[in-house]
Parts: sequence; structure tokens; C-alpha cells
Amino acid sequence: MGRVIASRLVGVLGVLASVIVVTFFLTRALPADPAVYFAGMGGTQAAIEAMRAKLGLDHSLIVQFGFYLRDLAHGNLGMSLTTGHSVLSDLMARLPASFELTIVALLLALAVGLPAGIGAALRPDSWFDHLVRVLGTAGVAMPTFFTGLLLLHVFYFDLAWAPPPLGRIGAFIAPPPHVTGFYLIDSLLAGQVQTLIDAVRHIALPALTLALFAVAPIARATRAAMLDALASDFIRTARVIPLSSFRTIVVYAFGNALLPVLTSVGMVFSFLLGANVLVEKVFAWPGIGTYAINALIAADYAPVQGFVLVMAVLYIGLNLAVDLAVIATDPRAAAT
Amino acid sequence: MTTVAPTTVKLRLPPGSGSLILLAIVAVAAAAGPRLAPYDPLATSVSAALQPPSASHWFGTDALGRDILSRVLTAARLDLAIAAAAVGLSFGIGTAAGITAGYAGGWSDRLIGHVTDMIMAFPLFVLAMGIVAAAGDTVANIVYATAIINIPTYVRVGRAEVLIRRDAPFVQSARLAGNGTFRLLLAHVFPNVLPPLVVQASLNMGYAILNAAGLSFIGLGVRPPTPEWGIMVADGASYIVSGEWWVWLFPGLALAGTVFVFNLAGDGLRDFLDPHRRH
Repeated sequence: MGRVIASRLVGVLGVLASVIVVTFFLTRALPADPAVYFAGMGGTQAAIEAMRAKLGLDHSLIVQFGFYLRDLAHGNLGMSLTTGHSVLSDLMARLPASFELTIVALLLALAVGLPAGIGAALRPDSWFDHLVRVLGTAGVAMPTFFTGLLLLHVFYFDLAWAPPPLGRIGAFIAPPPHVTGFYLIDSLLAGQVQTLIDAVRHIALPALTLALFAVAPIARATRAAMLDALASDFIRTARVIPLSSFRTIVVYAFGNALLPVLTSVGMVFSFLLGANVLVEKVFAWPGIGTYAINALIAADYAPVQGFVLVMAVLYIGLNLAVDLAVIATDPRAAAT
Repeated sequence: MTTVAPTTVKLRLPPGSGSLILLAIVAVAAAAGPRLAPYDPLATSVSAALQPPSASHWFGTDALGRDILSRVLTAARLDLAIAAAAVGLSFGIGTAAGITAGYAGGWSDRLIGHVTDMIMAFPLFVLAMGIVAAAGDTVANIVYATAIINIPTYVRVGRAEVLIRRDAPFVQSARLAGNGTFRLLLAHVFPNVLPPLVVQASLNMGYAILNAAGLSFIGLGVRPPTPEWGIMVADGASYIVSGEWWVWLFPGLALAGTVFVFNLAGDGLRDFLDPHRRH
């Protein structure tokens, strides 16, 4: 098992290396000349050249890549022109907001998708199965930004249940003392019930929007895996013995269906992290997606590069966690 | 000898034909959209700004008094063209790379595998954002970015399908008959791996439409005042607080409906081509 984990970690290092190469080339190809930008509006040719030398843009690509690696090793992702801070500190300040939203959405999606998939597999071709399939097909067809607006119109404009789409917390409520950066957890730790309720009210709609998009693939994967598990010999045996149907379904069938479901969650992360950007824009959620969009519009290139890199690292980390969970639950995966 | 039961010929529409009809409607809207539009999609009118749906403006008007129905209809062609171009590109490049990798194996297989893994290492929409940011904020680059993030799908399907057939008797006999590698791949292998790739392409259309609309929603690619569904929804988003719902609802519905139709058609096509899934 140790060897399997070690080889998985080496694989992750390889993926990380290719991610760094790709992000480097993405930044070098940027249309706006950063030297012109930094030199300012009235920059003379000499000032632009001086700035180019200062930024290291007058060296060959290989040397520039060397500079890039050195900066990365020091955690230096450059400066943001729009906020005036270092990109790393900007991203770190906003990452908990994005992460909290993604995690809550994933948990919501699992809470709905797993039971729906199990129910559909228990009665294939029943009305419930068809309902899950139709809702699933509709769910993946809905652009997340459109779902977000629909939910906002109903729950904010019509019913006035939800707060306006302006961030993680009300304007007159102080954020909880920083421990994890997750407002839901921090407010609980500080015992601030009022803050917790406000944070829940703010995260509800964006998390629901994201979750609606992720439910369909989870339900679909669960249904397929459960159908396979339910058709296997050990379930037939368990039914004949007879073990209680709850135990048969939940412990034996679902326990075995869990692996393919876990694997498909990796793909769901790719969707979630991408859709996260759009949902953050709709709800003015102060995460790294909103930060990257604002930087993109302002032709501020270091934050976009840092954002793509951080998202890729996050994605690789989540997939590694899934892989390790698979190894931990499946003796066969640990043996190969 | 067994008796042969008299077969009754049942005239039944193939599964998914309903979605084909819907697909035809979308295609007609894309082809004839500008001619069906009752108004000029770019004509502004300050006196008619932000009117709710009425007999003269079925979908209402936006902040500049432009007719939303006309804009939604006109946008269909652009949105579908972007997605179709992207899917066509990734289909062509991905299939060629996948077949090469599966048939040749060795270093070309490893190289193609590495490039695919590189793309798959990113959350795909984020990578598309990065590519458009890097290559420049144009419609062409939206197409390229959408194409690049979809290439791995075709590489994987193409490679897997070729691997199963590389040493199949019909391929071997074609090889022994003296066919060159290129002709062998084009005339004998490609037609056999085509069906799963076509299913993939039709499922991919919906995703490509969503991806392109998402990029223009965050302000990349298509420029206002060009009618495009993603931008129109983004415009409407600023009226969520004041409640002018028609500005974002109709372009959003057009977008979701089109993606839904393509996904349905893809599912139907898959069931139609895969006998195991037919009931």
C-alpha cells in the first residue's frame, strides 16, 4: 500500500510539472505587453525598455522559465496591478470563500445525488427512475449563471427570503474571527449565532446553484454503479439468506458501488471548479473566481496566471484525495 | 427444425426521434433567425427601454429599447456556429491523434497521452479562461479554447476503439492485401470507430455551447452590441435587483433549451447506435 501511494504521489508531481509549464506559456502569450502597462500612460520608449529589463522580459524563454520557477519556489506569483497587493496574498485571502462554497455545494449535491441514484437503481424504469433522468438531463443543460439568476429572482426578488447577491455576509455584520477562513465554521467556533445564520443565508443560493449542476453526474454514476452491484452474486446471496433489505442495500450494495462513484466525483470537481467562477460572478461572491474575472477585464495578467495555477493545484489535490480514498477503501487498488 | 414464427413488422420511430424534431427547430432558428426576427436586433429606442413582454415585443425590450425576441433569434446562429466550429476542430484533431496513438503505440502514443493529461490536469473552464486571456480576447480564440479543452475526449474514445480493432481479422486482411497504413486507417479502421465518436460529438455540442456562453458571460470574446446569449444574460443580471426578469430569462431559456436538445439527441443517438442499450 505504501508503494502504491508513493507511485501516486510521483504521478502527481509529473502532473504538477506539466501544469507549471502550461501556465508559464499561457502568461508569455498574453496579448497586452506588461512592460508598456507598467511604464504607464506616458511611458517613453526608454522607460518601456527599462521596465522590460526590470521584469526580465528581455531574456530568452528558457531563462524566463528559470525566473518563473525561482519565483514560484519563493511563493512569488507577481503583483496585481488592480489591487496593489501580491497575487499570492490576494489569492490566499479569497481562497477560503471559494473553497467553502465549493465544499458546501459538493456536500449538497452528494446528499441529493446519492439517494436519488440509489432509488433509481432499486426500481429501474419506474417513474422515479425516469424523473431522476429527466431532471438530471435538464440539470446539466442549465448554464449555472442562468440557474443562479432564476433562484435569485424567486428567492430574493419575489419571496424576499434570500439576502441580496452581494457577498458572503450582510453589510452590517462583522465577519467572524479568522480561524479556518470558512465563515460557517468560524462563526460556530466563536459562538456567534447571528453571524452563522447570516452566513448560511448568504451561502444558500450560490451553493444550491452549484449543487444543481453537480447532482446529475453524481446521480447518474451512482445509478450505474448500484445497478452493477445489485446484479452481483453476493447481493443475490444476501437476499436469499435473507439479510435485512436495508443492510443489503446500504452496506453491501452501496459499499461496493462507492468506488466507481468516488472516481466519478473527480470529474465532478472539474465542473464544480469551473462553474464556481460563473456562480461567484452572479452572487458577487468574494472568491478567487471573481478576483480572476476582474483581473481579466482589467488586462491584469499576473492574477489570472496565479488563479489558473491555484485552480489546477486545487483540482490535482482534490483528485489525489479521491485516489487515496479509493486506495483506502479498496484492497484491490492497494495491491496493484 | 424450429418453426419460424411469423414476424410482424412494427413501424416504430427510432428512439430519440423526438429530439431530432427539436433539433430541426433549433437548426431552423439558427439558419433563418435573422429573417424571422421582427425587428432590427441592433436598433435602439430610448422611449421603448425596459418594456415587459407585450404584443408588439413578445420578449420585452432591454435597457436600450432593443427587441429581445429579435436578439435571441439572431444570436442562435452565432452561438451554434461557435460551438459547431469548436466541436468540429476538436473532433478532427482529437480523432486523428487518438487513432494515431492507438494504432502506432510507442512514443507517439506516450507523447499524445502526455499532452492529453496536460489538458486534463486543469478544471476545463478555468483552462479555457486562461487560454482566451493569453491568446487574446476574440471570438476565434473562444473557438480555439473550447476546442482544446474538448480534444482529450476524442483522443480517449478514438484510441480505445482503435486498440480493440488494431489486430482484428478484417484489419489484418486489409493489411495483407497490401493497403498502406494511411489507407488502412482511413478506409478500414476509421469507419468502424466513427459511431462512438459521433455520439461523443453530439453530446459535446451542448457542453461547447455552455462553455462558450460562459466565457462571454464573464466578458470574454463576443463584444456588445453583437447579440449573443451569454452576454444578454450577463446584461440582464444587473436587473435582478429591480426585477426586470425578461431581460435575462429569454436568452437564458434559449441557451438552456438548445443545450438540452443537443444532450437529448446525443443520448438518443447513443441508444440507437448501441444495441445493448436498446430495450
